[in-house]
Amino acid sequence: MEKSIAELRETFKTGGTKSISWRKSQLKALLQLINQNEDSIFKALDQDLGKSPVESYRDEVGVLKKSVTYTLSCLEKWVAPKKAEVPLLFFPAKAEVMPQPLGVVLIFSSWNFPFTLALDPLIGAISAGNTVLLKPSDLAPACMSFLVETIPKYLDNKAVKVLAGGADIGERLLQLKWDKIFFTGSPRVGRLVMAAAAKHLTPVTLELGGKSPAIVDTLSTTPSKAKVTAKRIVGGKWGPCTGQACIAIDYVLVEEKLASTLIELLKKTIKRFYGENIKSLKNISRIVNKHQFQRLVNLLKDPDVADSIVYGGSVDEEKLVIEPTILLDPPLDSEIMSEEIFGPLLPIITLKNVEESIDFINSKSNPLVIYAFTEDETFKKRILSETSSGTVTFNDSMVQFLCDSLPFGGVGQSGFGRYHGKYSFDTFSHEKSILHRGFYPEIEPRYPPWTDFKLLFLKLAYQFDYFGLILLLLGFKRS
Amino acid sequence: MLMENKAENKAVFDAESAKEVVKELRDSFVTGKTKSHRWRVTQLKAMLKMLDENEPQIVAALRDDLSKPEFESSLYEIQILKNSCRLALKEMNHWMMPEKAKTSLTTFPSSAEIVSEPLGVVLVISAWNYPFLLSLDPVVGAISAGNAIVLKPSEMAPASSSLIAKLVADYLDSSCIKVVEGAVPETSALLEQKWDKILYTGNGRVARIVMAAAAKHLTPVVLELGGKSPVIVDSNINLKVATRRIIAGKWGCNNGQACISPDYIITTKDYATKLVDSFKCELERFYGKDPLESKDLSRIVNSNHFDRLSKLMDEEKVSSKIVHGGQRNEKNLQIAPTIFLDVPVNSLIMKEEIFGPLLPIITVDKVEQSFDLIHSSGGKPLAAYLFTNNKKLKRKFVETVSAGGLVVNDTAVHLAIHSLPFGGVGESGMGSYHGKFSFDAFSHKKAVLYRGFAGDAFLRYPPYTPGKLTLLQALLSGSIVGIIRALLGWFWA
Repeated sequence: MEKSIAELRETFKTGGTKSISWRKSQLKALLQLINQNEDSIFKALDQDLGKSPVESYRDEVGVLKKSVTYTLSCLEKWVAPKKAEVPLLFFPAKAEVMPQPLGVVLIFSSWNFPFTLALDPLIGAISAGNTVLLKPSDLAPACMSFLVETIPKYLDNKAVKVLAGGADIGERLLQLKWDKIFFTGSPRVGRLVMAAAAKHLTPVTLELGGKSPAIVDTLSTTPSKAKVTAKRIVGGKWGPCTGQACIAIDYVLVEEKLASTLIELLKKTIKRFYGENIKSLKNISRIVNKHQFQRLVNLLKDPDVADSIVYGGSVDEEKLVIEPTILLDPPLDSEIMSEEIFGPLLPIITLKNVEESIDFINSKSNPLVIYAFTEDETFKKRILSETSSGTVTFNDSMVQFLCDSLPFGGVGQSGFGRYHGKYSFDTFSHEKSILHRGFYPEIEPRYPPWTDFKLLFLKLAYQFDYFGLILLLLGFKRS
Repeated sequence: MLMENKAENKAVFDAESAKEVVKELRDSFVTGKTKSHRWRVTQLKAMLKMLDENEPQIVAALRDDLSKPEFESSLYEIQILKNSCRLALKEMNHWMMPEKAKTSLTTFPSSAEIVSEPLGVVLVISAWNYPFLLSLDPVVGAISAGNAIVLKPSEMAPASSSLIAKLVADYLDSSCIKVVEGAVPETSALLEQKWDKILYTGNGRVARIVMAAAAKHLTPVVLELGGKSPVIVDSNINLKVATRRIIAGKWGCNNGQACISPDYIITTKDYATKLVDSFKCELERFYGKDPLESKDLSRIVNSNHFDRLSKLMDEEKVSSKIVHGGQRNEKNLQIAPTIFLDVPVNSLIMKEEIFGPLLPIITVDKVEQSFDLIHSSGGKPLAAYLFTNNKKLKRKFVETVSAGGLVVNDTAVHLAIHSLPFGGVGESGMGSYHGKFSFDAFSHKKAVLYRGFAGDAFLRYPPYTPGKLTLLQALLSGSIVGIIRALLGWFWA
């Protein structure tokens, strides 16, 4: 392991990864990797998570292709230094900010979107000119093996390495010195990563999770809007990896008088999308492993929680499947309402008035996303200014992930740092300030021995009070 | 609980007290007070007033703590702070506005923006060498971004620390901005609490402690540290101007006790003598024949640092390399500007950040070799400087030297340019501030996507069919031609 990292460091030192042509060739090679291996990727995702090709394309392959293409088209622009304004006082001078690679970076990815969460940060790291060690999650073993075997066939082995393994490998990697660590996962492990990074003063980006709520206020508008709302909620809960996604809708907030309407719409939509019951379940992923399966089943063990199930609830331990399940008002202090669910269970919490959603959300830690289905502009403004989350999406779910111009990241317990689009490039770069000055003219008052005149001169200069300076120099101002 | 210690008549600030302080600030923050534009403006105006009305007291405190010349106090602490306040007041409206973000065909119809919001309750821990600037400049950023703040000034500048505590209590809103004075126990108590951001200015050792404490609460940090900022001096330059600018950045900045002070010089063997002679000439012009008598030099902050610097000077094989200066006065904690020529590269003075009035000059055969020397010297510094007229050398410097900030043909002044982010990389730190970067450092940039109900792409949803897959491929590619073709294919299928 240490040898691999030493090689990455050597490679970085040679400066090869800094060249734009190297970066472009790597990105193109990555695109080729994806294009030429789609079927294998679909197969691996089906094996690890039961994802169908359409879901795999929508959430992984397509997203990655889009990301590489966008990066390739913008790379030269991003790499170019940006001019910065210099006050007249320093004339003649030129100031700019130049992005530079950080060096050797470590990327930890998660099991639920094993390709996107591994390769999207990789795209950012390469575009910024770094050498990279990628450590995919062993909880998605087929995908991890695919990455370990296939990346060396397409990318520069001396600069991009993939390491297989579990938590022990992760721990060993964290003992070493990196120039940046990018971590996607749970807050618990996020703390460990940051604590390890602190020993080397390594900057980190932590993409964590939380309980992302969906506020529903559009059921009493038109029937078609209500239908679309239901579709988007279902699509935002069970669509991504059967709820095992950091941006999946965790729970729903709705006014109690509209709860039954919502539940009916959801039931209809679920049946249409995924089948009538657990035996005929289709178009949906499964739970990743026994451990997660057991965790989710345990959330339903609490009798008060079990009583609140209004749809679904059946499980198939052998196939690691839990059918889409809706709960109505489980106890607020139950585990299902205090931890991130990360699975196909959807609690619906009813409120007297939908505006109470704001206080409800604020009573929990900052989520990664807040979804709000509403057409009330005042309510929208209140949600924006009175809650805090990584992102807010109005009237839809999940699609914010596809916006390359929006930063993707959390706040508070949902993490810090961000990526996607140019933000990926930035997160793996150091923005170096550069100031060019000439030898002339000289500002004499900078130098000792200091006098009152010099002090006044510089005070005026610092305030950019050019007129005052002229007066001073002409003798019209007294010190 | 605050326990009255009768013997010292001082309350003990422990973890409980820290918890109470944070709770009070969090309660204030939750009311939304600090988010209001008006609150931010009144606080910044109050700070300006505070600086205007207390300049003599601030200068006196800095003289007590550091023997800092009035000139430096007035300019590098007060003026720069005032400029920060003024800039924030002028630009804040603009900074607070949401930033529109482009959306693509993929999510059509939609609109997107990025909204800045305060992080919440933040902790600023500052250093002793520019006690006012490094305490209050981050506070300006935190206020402009709408946060509640605890400031912990350095106990190694005690007169400044207590003046800051008094002035902040007198002029700013104590329900939202508090100063906690103290040393290691008080800082530890503060670090145990959950903050929404911590900005720390200081050294690498303590920075690791700060970041480890922050990790427990997943608190993001900005660490403004230091390093050995090198100066490469080429030949064929205006030697007089270069020398003066190096002196201004070294001894003119708190007598070398500044994070961006030139730490050591690299020049060619041929040029070294000229350079040393130029230094001797200008140093005498600036500080007189006996620099220990000059009123224009700060003293060493305390006896610990005096001893540390003395050790660097007295190391065998180093002390014999002194070519100028070397005078000391232990009682007054003074060390004169001292220049060394060709100390061993593995000496202590070349291993750690000097942070004092000692300037080693290392010579190389060819000026291009400077880069290898810098890269082999360990951590990335906060700043790096080059004096040259050679375009190629400038380009190589700018492209290959990794540091927080670079300046060609001057030293330290980039600090005053608000459009440049000020921060380190690697061992010299992470994150940046100054100007709008201060506002950004204390803000969360929330992504907001607005969607309507029209245009619901049915192909997002199950049942998943191969036809949908083709269509999806086209939609995600964002290519309108691709989309039309796919749609046509769909209809004609």
